[in-house]
Amino acid sequence: MSAPALNATMPARLSYPRDRPSAFARLTQNRMASFGLLLLSLIVVVVVAAPILPLAPPHVANVAQRLRPPLTPGHFLGTDQVGRDILSRLIWGTRLSLAVGVFAALIASLIGSAIGLLAAFRGGWIDTLLMRGIDMLMAFPYLLLALAIVAALGPGLVNAMIAITIVNVPFFARGVRGAALSIVRTDFMAAARLSGLSDARIVFWELLPNVMPGIVIGLSTTIGWMILETAGLSFLGLGAQPPQADLGGMLGEGRNLLQVAPHVATIPGLVILLLAIGINLIGDGLRDVLDPKLKSGGLARTHARTDAVSLEERSKGLPLPGAAARLPLAIRGLRTHFRIGRAIYAAVDGVDMAIAPGESVGIVGESGSGKTVTALSILGLVATPPGRIVGGEILHYGEELASATLSRLQEIRGRRIAYVFQDPQSTLNPLIRIGEQIAESIRRHQGKSAAEAMRLAVALLESVHIPDPEHKANAYPHELSGGQRQRVGIAIALANDPELIIADEPTTALDVTTQAQVLKLLNELRRERGAALLFISHDFGVIAAVCDRVHVMYGGRVVESGPVAEVLERPRHPYTQRLLACVPELGRRGRQVTPIPGLPPSTDALPPGCAFAPRCHRAAPRCSIGEITLDAVESDHYARCIRVNDA
Amino acid sequence: MPGLIFRRLLMVVPVLLGVSVIVFLVISLIPGDPARAILGTFATPENIADVTRQLGLDQPLPIQYVVWVSHLLHGDLGRSYILHKPVMDEIMARLFPTLLLAGAALVMASAGGILLGIVAAVRQNEWPDKLITISVLIGISTPSFWLGMLLILWFGVRLAWLPVGGMSEMFGGGGIGDIARHLLLPATTLAAVAGAVLVRLTRGAMLEVLRQDYVRTARAKGLTESRVIFVHAFRNALVGIIPVIGLQAGFVLGGAVYVETVFQWPGIGRMLVSAISTRDILLVQGGVLIVAAAYVLINLLTDLAQSLIDPRIRAS
Repeated sequence: MSAPALNATMPARLSYPRDRPSAFARLTQNRMASFGLLLLSLIVVVVVAAPILPLAPPHVANVAQRLRPPLTPGHFLGTDQVGRDILSRLIWGTRLSLAVGVFAALIASLIGSAIGLLAAFRGGWIDTLLMRGIDMLMAFPYLLLALAIVAALGPGLVNAMIAITIVNVPFFARGVRGAALSIVRTDFMAAARLSGLSDARIVFWELLPNVMPGIVIGLSTTIGWMILETAGLSFLGLGAQPPQADLGGMLGEGRNLLQVAPHVATIPGLVILLLAIGINLIGDGLRDVLDPKLKSGGLARTHARTDAVSLEERSKGLPLPGAAARLPLAIRGLRTHFRIGRAIYAAVDGVDMAIAPGESVGIVGESGSGKTVTALSILGLVATPPGRIVGGEILHYGEELASATLSRLQEIRGRRIAYVFQDPQSTLNPLIRIGEQIAESIRRHQGKSAAEAMRLAVALLESVHIPDPEHKANAYPHELSGGQRQRVGIAIALANDPELIIADEPTTALDVTTQAQVLKLLNELRRERGAALLFISHDFGVIAAVCDRVHVMYGGRVVESGPVAEVLERPRHPYTQRLLACVPELGRRGRQVTPIPGLPPSTDALPPGCAFAPRCHRAAPRCSIGEITLDAVESDHYARCIRVNDA
Repeated sequence: MPGLIFRRLLMVVPVLLGVSVIVFLVISLIPGDPARAILGTFATPENIADVTRQLGLDQPLPIQYVVWVSHLLHGDLGRSYILHKPVMDEIMARLFPTLLLAGAALVMASAGGILLGIVAAVRQNEWPDKLITISVLIGISTPSFWLGMLLILWFGVRLAWLPVGGMSEMFGGGGIGDIARHLLLPATTLAAVAGAVLVRLTRGAMLEVLRQDYVRTARAKGLTESRVIFVHAFRNALVGIIPVIGLQAGFVLGGAVYVETVFQWPGIGRMLVSAISTRDILLVQGGVLIVAAAYVLINLLTDLAQSLIDPRIRAS
């Protein structure tokens, strides 16, 4: 029965592995990196061609022509203190600087990588010995060590290069060891060793290719430094010796003429700058392309609230509002989308939901069903980019929140509507004492003094049953157990007696006993204070214990909703039925727990019609056509299924 | 905290030992006869024999090291045969100017770098970010000795606002105002590159931290965005920034060599350059050792500062 429906959706899913352009192609797509590439290529072409260019000899003095300014006929960039042509010296000097920088960086990366690989692969005392040595070298201000080496070996270009190479070895050794170590410890390395591959083969065929991107990134950054540092040593008179001159040497010679003929010193400096800019641009581009952390879209700053399109556009086609003005929360036709690359994920795609004062409403669904995004959309806490509210209204006593000003939204956040988040490990600030994390919210909304706010925070800790609350208020999150941290999260939510608490899987990260305690506490406190609750969970059992109403979500939509008892007793949507079949029940023997076959759909490629059809045992061909609405099946019970009344 | 300080101090001891071994070894790498290198080409055989005996150069290397360290612990780094005075005296006279210059540069680089980094992160992809990103690129690509010259040309020669050198005597009667005016250009030069590195780092760290769940929690409490950014996000970003400030201290101490040369600042850097060209080996050895030790101690301070803001480090 389900075969045709399944096939109909296959092509959309199969298009997923898009072709990725090669690293080089992506590098040239990066505008800044392309500019760097162009700049450097230009310089390289000129310096490589130096012997065949019609240049004046760089070392021949002509005192009669000394210190000519730039644009003198025959001397485009002028002449220096003994009448040598600056353009010619510049090109030959750049050639030297570039060669020295590249060569030194290559040698340093070679030695450093070898040390790093050896340390990571051998481990044990070899690793300890090598790395302590590297640590010692790194305890020096880098240039100072280079100076000491030059002092010992004596000034000269080769010695300066040796010094700069040595001081850069630790950088590579440490980086490569770190990268290699993470691979050495993986299972596939253990497998390679067990299968009897020779050490050399493992190191060169398995390890090296994996650390290569890191080495390339390291090289691209160090070449720039090395050119600067070698130029620096020459500038100090410790590198290239006259008459031979690299860019730094030319700068050094020009220094004494700074007031008389500034061009002699400033021009070589400008070339060093351009050279370094070119190399750094390429390096940054390479890092963006090769570093897996930056690959996936890069780091975008999250905004203070979720972006939303205009209310006018969002409310198009929505039915007229009903009794929303008296409700702490009414969501109408909410659509929140994520744009990642060229794909658009319709995480929430038309959700309606209302919560009455003091009511407890649950949202249940698998991961990716859109339940968390629905909850976060309410106060604009979905990360933008990539999230965006593209449709629907969010009404808090009739006030539309997605179009409220930021300052108005911030007044509501934590004061009228508060959150309890999943995973208290990451949702509490690790550097701030927990008492302060509660008190700051009280100060913000109630304008209490610091002492008063702290007193209230301690009282809240007590009400969530944290033992010794006065003392614990001074604790940091890492000093608390998971259950205690979740209680702190609840205390933060209760801090300003909100009208609505949104709890997003507040017990999922906890063990079962703690789970029950936290649930009981949340329920008691909310009843005591008369707050409404929006409770999100993937666990029907938990929802049944806490909620009055439930919304079942699938593929970004509500597929069934109604009073909890009613939905539990008579689930009407096949998805709800399958979901309930997954819940094991205590004390009932012989009941089979049947998992739902297949996976929830990716919301960037939702099938037409019912999103659950491809996994549904009752799917018919017409389930995959057109729009299927959420219709009443009883007076207060709705399901989004066209076969709901078929036997 | 006192316990932590004590533990960190203990950890510094082996590092300092290692540093002294490396300084000692580097100098003993000198090809040929060190005594001749120290005394120069015109030394008589008697002079060389004298110095060889005085420095214990006829002894095996480990013994030489022990003797050297025991002298060091008594504040004796040997005598400069060029300047005709104890190495320690010369270094101590020049240590303060170098630390002042490097310290001022580090403070400028940290304050400016962190501030601009936050602005760039908060205004990501807007014009302030683009402007800052381009300035950073130029900053990290600029040779400081060249930048120093440009500043001298512009502010010292063209505009004649500030002195361009001639800080020969730190306490020559000019007072703090005079020192500050002399300090401004060299410290700016030295701070430019280190600051650019810190801008970049801060921008990245802030962007990373602003994505964290606890920032979402802070926003969910209704805190103002400035409190979210400066209290919740920045404090966490700072944990990653402080060690890099420590690394930049090394960069600044090394870069001081160029800047002191360009601005004729009476510090250790300029002393080292001239000592290398006059082959005043013991002076180089002492200078490198003392500056490296200062760097180790600065890193100790940044370590402690880091554990001051991060309770998780204090605990471990």
